[in-house]
Amino acid sequence: MPAIEIENLTKDYPYGFLHLKKRRSLEGLTMQVEAGEVFGFLGPNGAGKSTTIKLLVGLIFPEAGTARILGKPISDIAMHRHIGYLPEQPYFYDYLTAAEVLDYFARFHDLSAADRRERVARMLKKVGLETAGKIQLRKYSKGMLQRVGLAQAILHEPPVVILDEPMSGLDPIGRREVRDIILELKGEGRTVLFSTHILSDAEMLCDRVGVIVSGKLRGVGAPEKIVGVAAQGMEILFELAQVEGSASAAILAKATKTGDRYRLQVAEEGLYAELEQLRGAGAKILAVAQVKPSLEEYFMNLIEAGRAQAAAIEVSEE
Amino acid sequence: MTAGNWRGSVLLVVLAVGFAGVWQLQHQIDDQRTTLHQERDDLVLRSGKLLKALSLEYTPLLADLYWTRVVQYYGYKRAKHEANFELLWPLLDVTTTLDPNLLIAYRFGSTFLAEPAPRGAGRPDLGIALLERGLQANPEYWRFYEDLGFVYYFELKDYAKAAQAFAEGGKNPGAQIWMKVMAAKIAAEGESLSTSIFLWNDVYQTANDPAVKENALLHLQLLRVEEDCKQLDALADEFQKRLGRRPTRVNELIQAGLLPRLPVDPKGYPYVFGPDGKAALNLDSPLLEQQLLNQSSK
Amino acid sequence: MKRAGAVALNTFREAVRDRVLYNLVFFALLMMAAAIFVGQISIGVEEMVIKSLGLTAISVIGLLIAVFIGVGLVYKEMDKRTLYALLAKPVRRWEFLLGKFAGLVLTLAVNTVAMAAGLFAALLYVKRHLESADAVLLVAIFFILLKLMLVVALALLFSCYSTPLLAILYTSAFYVAGMFVEEMRTFRAETLSPQMAAFLRGLSYLLPNLENFNVMAAAAHGRAVPGALILQNTAYAALYCTLVLLIAMAVFSRRNLK
Repeated sequence: MPAIEIENLTKDYPYGFLHLKKRRSLEGLTMQVEAGEVFGFLGPNGAGKSTTIKLLVGLIFPEAGTARILGKPISDIAMHRHIGYLPEQPYFYDYLTAAEVLDYFARFHDLSAADRRERVARMLKKVGLETAGKIQLRKYSKGMLQRVGLAQAILHEPPVVILDEPMSGLDPIGRREVRDIILELKGEGRTVLFSTHILSDAEMLCDRVGVIVSGKLRGVGAPEKIVGVAAQGMEILFELAQVEGSASAAILAKATKTGDRYRLQVAEEGLYAELEQLRGAGAKILAVAQVKPSLEEYFMNLIEAGRAQAAAIEVSEE
Repeated sequence: MTAGNWRGSVLLVVLAVGFAGVWQLQHQIDDQRTTLHQERDDLVLRSGKLLKALSLEYTPLLADLYWTRVVQYYGYKRAKHEANFELLWPLLDVTTTLDPNLLIAYRFGSTFLAEPAPRGAGRPDLGIALLERGLQANPEYWRFYEDLGFVYYFELKDYAKAAQAFAEGGKNPGAQIWMKVMAAKIAAEGESLSTSIFLWNDVYQTANDPAVKENALLHLQLLRVEEDCKQLDALADEFQKRLGRRPTRVNELIQAGLLPRLPVDPKGYPYVFGPDGKAALNLDSPLLEQQLLNQSSK
Repeated sequence: MKRAGAVALNTFREAVRDRVLYNLVFFALLMMAAAIFVGQISIGVEEMVIKSLGLTAISVIGLLIAVFIGVGLVYKEMDKRTLYALLAKPVRRWEFLLGKFAGLVLTLAVNTVAMAAGLFAALLYVKRHLESADAVLLVAIFFILLKLMLVVALALLFSCYSTPLLAILYTSAFYVAGMFVEEMRTFRAETLSPQMAAFLRGLSYLLPNLENFNVMAAAAHGRAVPGALILQNTAYAALYCTLVLLIAMAVFSRRNLK
């Protein structure tokens, strides 16, 4: 059974004077997250990632569609026992200390007092806030708040963890720590759904990603596969000190030169032939690599397409 | 019906039942509270000077609040038909200390302080005191002299002082001419029906406060009754002259051709002749009660 | 219910750590001292002045706390987003509201008890001993607490869908209306059409009548309050609060957070 099943989820936001106009922020979203996988939700700002997550967690209500987590509908409060949620830009009661906040949140799960104490201590350690546990949150930096947020999300050891932009606003060290925690969760067999617009993180962590643009799901799949197209051949990086003979000149004509280096693109079948030729010319081979479009390019194309569509809709509405 | 609709309907039913319960309880509480209260509330701080000092820059506001209390207090007492106006003077005292220029407080106050029970406190002396204070703070407001004259004339029956008051007021260039006329008339005649009617009529015409107007109307009605009865008595005398006996019923006057039709009091009830042969109000007339109260306090 | 209790305790903790509360309580105690001073100016009515001013102070301070903290109860959590993480837990929205309500009522109760102690201390200072007639003060204070409960319920309701400023206006409007409910009954039919007068009279029975809880005159004079009234007022407050809270729960349960 998939951990998260979403079917045709749709959400409108009213805006304008007297809230009469509606903006469709999510349109017919249908997707699934398998148990035990790390799923990345990608998309530009305002695409609908946060909206989807808030719908799953019950902070907002859909216009249409349903969703189930671990087989239970999202309207079922009991289901919340099995999810952990980190909100975007978390903020907690600033007059409490981290230990008190975690203890407070822990009370909403069925834990004995002793269990609670133990978990709180363990979580503080896990997110690296042991020493800061007794300081009031109003004195915390953003990174520390994020860690408190993570702690309260996993405190009750939920099988499904949902994180909204967990890496935002963190320095590289913080980001690495969060990445490590996510991998740890995966190691424990938990399902992790997180949203981000940092593509390299998604590429590194996710088993699968889903790309949302302008409220619609554009693609779902493993990061490498989603770019869709197979490798477009090979690229040889080499240096050539002297140009000898017409053969080398022919090769160099096909290559692009940057500084002292040359790049030559070759179809996969002709790779070894070209390599022989270069060896004959006395070139120094620096690297041989596959050429594939990056996630970034794919992403940017999608956004462009989405924008064009949205612009077309606007024009037709006027 | 979806679960949401179901819950909504249940909620509406619960709310309806709940507010019905509120309605019921409120009535019970009201009943309970009237037995609790003898005084509507008490005047804790009676020192106008102290309040003025405490009120800092909000004195006019406080004056307004106290004035509102005066009106409410009076209205409440009348609504409950209670005749005890013992807080009226302290409230007015505070109000006029806080705002010595609140003209209506003096006028309203003197009217209902002087007016005998059940319509007022029956303390003409306090009414005079209030007006004199008002004159000190507002010497150019000649109507206070009118009110003074009023109290002397109607309640204290001191016609000399009444004439004096009207004369003083008449000196004001803004005063109406009748003030001087009234001064002379009262000095000469003392109490007279025409003077009384004139004075009450002036109040009725110029007053803005509905309570004051109502009071003046009542007095005018009673005076009208007095006038009518006087005329009826005169006609009865005529009847006696012609026929040798006093009439027992007003109808007889009509039969004798002395009256064209049955005369009625301002409330529409026909006059009758009392056992003493004098014209009197019909027993059913609501004015009878007022007249009796008026007479008992004289 | 345990979860509502957790929210309640947290709300209480927040109020206690909020320095504004201490300032208000200090101000109230200051008023007690002033009452003693003023009482000595008005000769012969010292005791009455202390009781009246003391009760007024308790009522006014309590009202300020009830309104100003009350209107932020839900709004603050929505605005600062502290609510987001909370609602993802297995807690129902109505449990959250109930907890907020209970927490503020608890704060007010503690506060009122503290100020009542101050009042009795002032009384002792002036009278040197207390009489059984002074027990009426306890009833008056209890009534004030009931009144505050009602105001908190209203403030909570408005907090669910209004910004604090608007909520303060709404709550104040209800408070002022509550004071003048009785005037509505005696509106003369001259100034209004009879239908309007009847409508207002009907409305006056449904609006929260805060004057029900005002026994300051009786308390100041040491007159006893009938037991029946105590029961009725308690029932009234409980019923009205329940109704308002039900409405708040209904409003909040389908509210989309930003």
